[in-house]
Formats: sequence, C-alpha cells, structure tokens
Amino acid sequence: MQHTLIALVENKPGVLNRVASLFRRRNFNIESLNVGHTDRKDISRMTIVINSDEVDARKVEANLYKLVNVIDVHDVSTQPAVIRDLALIKVKAALDQRAEIANLASIFRGRIVDVAAESVIVEITGTEDKIESLVELLRPFGILEMVRTGQVAMLRGGYEPVRHTPGAGSNGHHPEEALEMD
Amino acid sequence: MELSGAEILWECLMREGVEVVFGIPGGANMPIYDAMLKYPVHHVLVRHEQGAAHMADGYARASGKVGVAMATSGPGATNLVTGIATAMMDSSPVVFITGQVHAHLIGGDAFQETDVTGITLPITKHNYLVTRAEEIAQVVREAFYIARTGRPGPVLIDICKNAQIQKTEFVYPEKVELPGYKPPRTAPKAQLQKAAQMIKESRRPVILAGHGLLISRAYREMQELAHRAHIPVAMTLLGIGSMPASDPLNLGMMGMHGEAYCNLAIQNADLLIALGMRFDDRVTGNLKTYAPHAKKIHVEIDPSEVHKNVVVDLPLFGDLRMVLSDLLSYVEESRHDEWLDQIGEWRAESDSRDIIYWPDDGKLYTAHVIRSIWEATRGQATLTTGVGQHQMWAAQYYPFEEPYRFITSGGAGTMGFGVPSALGVWFTDKTRDVWVIDGDGSFQMTQAELSTIVQEGAKIKIAIMNNHFLGMVRQWQEFFFDSRYAATPLHGPDFIKIAEAHGIPARRVTKPEEVMDALRFADQTPGPVLLDFWVEKEEAVYPMVPAGADLHNMIRRPARERTTA
Repeated sequence: MQHTLIALVENKPGVLNRVASLFRRRNFNIESLNVGHTDRKDISRMTIVINSDEVDARKVEANLYKLVNVIDVHDVSTQPAVIRDLALIKVKAALDQRAEIANLASIFRGRIVDVAAESVIVEITGTEDKIESLVELLRPFGILEMVRTGQVAMLRGGYEPVRHTPGAGSNGHHPEEALEMD
Repeated sequence: MELSGAEILWECLMREGVEVVFGIPGGANMPIYDAMLKYPVHHVLVRHEQGAAHMADGYARASGKVGVAMATSGPGATNLVTGIATAMMDSSPVVFITGQVHAHLIGGDAFQETDVTGITLPITKHNYLVTRAEEIAQVVREAFYIARTGRPGPVLIDICKNAQIQKTEFVYPEKVELPGYKPPRTAPKAQLQKAAQMIKESRRPVILAGHGLLISRAYREMQELAHRAHIPVAMTLLGIGSMPASDPLNLGMMGMHGEAYCNLAIQNADLLIALGMRFDDRVTGNLKTYAPHAKKIHVEIDPSEVHKNVVVDLPLFGDLRMVLSDLLSYVEESRHDEWLDQIGEWRAESDSRDIIYWPDDGKLYTAHVIRSIWEATRGQATLTTGVGQHQMWAAQYYPFEEPYRFITSGGAGTMGFGVPSALGVWFTDKTRDVWVIDGDGSFQMTQAELSTIVQEGAKIKIAIMNNHFLGMVRQWQEFFFDSRYAATPLHGPDFIKIAEAHGIPARRVTKPEEVMDALRFADQTPGPVLLDFWVEKEEAVYPMVPAGADLHNMIRRPARERTTA
C-alpha cells in the first residue's frame, strides 16, 4: 500500500542529506520526496511517499523521527487529505495541433503556459492518476520533456494527524497503544 | 569576555565535567591543543586515533559518563571511524571532536581535508560541522546532551580551524533547545497494567536482559521484577552483569554461543520480557522459528527498534528505569517452580558437556585459563576483550556478580577493542583491577597502544589467549568450510619480546600447571603486565548456533566424563 508521510524538519543545511541518507542506509524505497518551505522560516516540510506495508511504514516514521533535526512525523494515508502533484509537460505541437492539445489540457483543468514554433508546455496540477491520464493522452503527440514535483499533501480541515512514534509532535505526546500490532 | 573558539570549547568541556580526553594533535586541531594547556584536563596521547575512540568508549561504558576523543582533520578523523561505529552499535555516549580545515577552504580538496560529517553521518547519533566560533558553545552543549540522553550514542563535532582561532564573546547556553529531540520517558498506565497482566498469566516467562539495563541503571529494578514474579533471566552479551551470575534465576548468556539451557528456555517460553535489547541476529537465530510460543513485551527507548526484527505483542516505550519502577507497582508475587525445574533439567544436561568440568588432560584450554583468572581475581576484575573465541569464552567462563565489569564490542564486533578500551576503563577508577582478555589476532590490531599504557603508567593486565590462529574464523572454517584454513594461521610475533620492548614484564604459559604461578606474578607486578597463554590451537566455542539456524538447533560439545566441580 502507498503511505504518505509528512515530516516537519528544521530548516538547516544538511537536513535533506540526513533524510536521504537514512532511506539509503535502512534500505527504504521512496516513491517521491518533496521538500519546501512552511509558513515558518525555521521549518521545512517534507512529503514522503513510500510503497510498503504497515510495519515498514512505521519503521520509516520511527527512523525519521530518530533524526535530531526532524520535529514531527505523521502519516496521512488513512485520513482525508488533499494530495497534489504538479507536472510540466513539453509536447510536440505543430500549428494545427495546438488547439487539440489546449482542449485536452482544459478538460483536466490544465493549461498551456508556453508556446513555441513546434511545441507547447502544459501545466497540470492534481492527483497522480489525473496527471497520468493526461500524460497518456498527450503521449501520441510526442512528449519532449516532462517534470513532476512529487506529491504534496495536507490533511483536510477538522482532522488530527495520526502519529505512531512516541515523542513526535509535542513534548510528552504518547499515543496509547499506537504501535501495537494485531 | 572574549575568548578564542578553542578556549570556548574547553570552557564548555570543563562545564560538562570532562577530566580526561584521548587523542592526537595535528595541523587542523593545533589551536585546540594549545588552548588545552590552560585547563585542568588530562590528555592521553594515543598512538592511533582508533585507540582514542575505543578508550573514550571504554571510559563511557565503565562510568556512564560521556567519553571524549580528539583527532585532527583528514586521516586523523578517518582513523576514528571504526571506533565511532563501535560506539554507535553499542549505544555508547562519546563526543568526538575533530579539527577541520579553514571554512573558506572546504570543498576545495585542501591538504588533509576530508568530508568528516559526511563520512560519519550514518555512524553517529548526530554530528555537527562548525564554521564559526560563535556556534561552538551551543553545539558542544547540545552534543553532550544528545550523546548521553535517550538511547545514548556517539556525537561528532567537526570544528574548522578558523573557528578555533576566532575570538568571540563567550556565553554559556543555559538551555538546550532541540525541538525534534524528545526521548520518551515512561509508558502509559494502561500499557503497564497490560504488561503486568501478561506477566501474571504467563507460566513459562523469561526476561531478556540487554545492555539498556546497564545504560539506564535499571538492573536493580529488573532483579526486583525477576525475584518478585519468579522469572528466569537470560542476558545478552552486553547485558552481562545485570543479573548476578550466582543468582538462581540467572540463565547466563543467550544466543549464538549462549548456554544451551538458556536458548531452550527462550524457545519454550510463553512470555518474553525484552528489556533494553534489540533482538540482534546473534541472539535470535532464525527469526521464523524464534520463540514460537511466546508473547513478547518489549521495553525500549528507541521506537525504531520495536518490531524491527521481531514483531512484538506489547511495546512499552521509555527509559527502562522509569518504566520498570512504574511497572513494579502493578506486578504481583508469583512462582514458576515447574518451569524452573524444567530449565534445571536442561541445565544439568548442559553441565555434563561443559569443558570446565573436564579433568586435566595436560592441555591448556582457554576456558580453563579464564576460569583460573576468575579465581585469582576472586571474580572482582573488570574485563575488556577483543572479538572472537576468547571473547565468547570470557563471557562464558568469567561469571560476573556486578554490572559494568565486562566491557566488550558487541554489535560492531570490533577486533582490537580490548587493549585501548582497558585504558579508558582504568581512567574511570585507577584502583580497579583491569584485565584485557585478548586473542593473538585482536591484540595485534591495536597493540601500538601498549606504549600509551606505559606512558600513562596504567596498571593493566593483558592476557593473550594465543592459539596462533584467527580462532573464530578458523572455527567457522572447520564447521562450514571443510577445515580449509584460508588465511587464518597466524605466525608470531614473540609477544614477550614486544612487551619487554615496552618495558612491560611478561610471562609465557604453555602448560596448565604454570597458570596459577603466572597469575600470581601478574598480581604482584605493580604496573602493566602481559601474559602469553599458548592455548589449544584448534579448540572450538560450544555450543554454537550456526548463523541463521534455529536457536534450539545448536552444535553441542560432545559429552565427556566429568569430575566433581
């Protein structure tokens, strides 16, 4: 199953390296890793997507939290969350194909953000499958180049993050029996 | 008041109570060494930085205080690496301070520049690169705090030379603020009650006593739990000493070279109470067949250790001492006589195979030598070891009544740990009777530190179990590679002459009847002494669980006629 983890980390040099090194060291495979600023200058936010079972997902959580610079880790996989990925797709486009591509993009609520003599760049934001569907539709035109940000995630309002690792989130936080396995 | 970065470093070390540091000066840490002369600290000049790391580690394990080792940049720092990894694997609190080239030269492949924080990232609990003098006080304060709290471990501080020289206002930080570092303290009441209930319902419980009991000084609480609920105690290699060897509930060491009856008890248990141990492959054997009938309670301070190797039924997160003393308020008295009788039967069967009861056949066995050292030291010595057969025999045949007396490299299995760590132990209490039980292979890996021992005038006794082989590898070759001894025979050198070249009195022992005399000689010699025991060359450590095999399927020593013990 796919697990999406959110990690809040101190915004200091080398922290991304520590996280990446952890995944290599513990032999965890990541699907995607996104890092960016938060509303606080001193804190960055990582969205980490892994394909693993429950036990491994909790291992990743616990190992992440073990890093001194990691402030909080929680798993949003089982809760209602807004999950988004952004892609820029440069598509081969002759003059007479532009309108068709623009149409396809708008069906997916994407848009054309650059037009050149023989290509256009389509920008699309959405869930993974939505982006993949558009990519498949654009493929016959000839994809010249593509870049994706990897997923970012945020819990919907009114839901509390689930933390499995004691100590994560706040001082003394201790989920009752959270790490027990059935 | 304005101080140099180097002076600030020492000001902070003094405030952390550092009395002794181990290291070697070099180009990139000379300002630190120059400033050291103004402070009341004893510096031990080692011969190789690996020695400094093991000394600081031995000091930390024996005292519970943070050890400190220093090295210069580049090769000085890389020589520490084996020692850092050793401390990491065994959760030993050591702060490593390395010099680094000037901040403006970093990344330019300057002379003796190495990416030390990069190299040590996976083998430290945390590390720092300091480029400005202003950062030093805060970083040193944090480093010591991180090293000794939670699950302890090594922390490395790499300080650029310019930061050592720069002057800045010294302000000692009163508080450590680490928003992402909050080790768990104790488990919630509901979980403690559940654990007590599981203990109450169990009929064949076993306590698995690990290194965490020593680290958090929780061994008395564990003993209380064992006695109150009548639970036998199996110890990991590093948990040795947490239960007095003479206690009737003590099962001795578990695992690959553990007692057969101890492993059988674990395999037949209906409840395992794992305390500060991590189900290492050397103690579990085949995970698929490990303790199949047992429910498992795991008390652990490091959440990443729980469910890592063995999925447990009830994890309790927190400091062992706090968790155990809280747990004790829910645990009732009970008896498990039938269970202990069963284990007693297995024990009698094991004793019938034990080499310690063999009659004198004129051969010198390591097990007998170690038992003689135990007798001669009245069981009161502190032992350090290298890694290999001698280490396992020391664990098996030197029964300890007290904790912190058996200092050995467990997780990393670092040969050469014995001699330097012994010097670290000696510095924690110079009246301690410190013995190195070493192998001829392990000894030669760090024998340069004999000079350091002599320079410090340390009263350390070194007993080499010399079988002229890399003995443990030879044993594996005998069992699993049809006795093809690839690169395991060791020739020489003459350890007596090596000792004498250092001015260390030494004796060679080749026959059983010479052992006690040599031990008397060691006792009467005021300073360091070296004994070279030429033991049986092709003796094996029994019992043995082959790597990855079922814990109950041990290779056993053939039974033989026994004499009265």
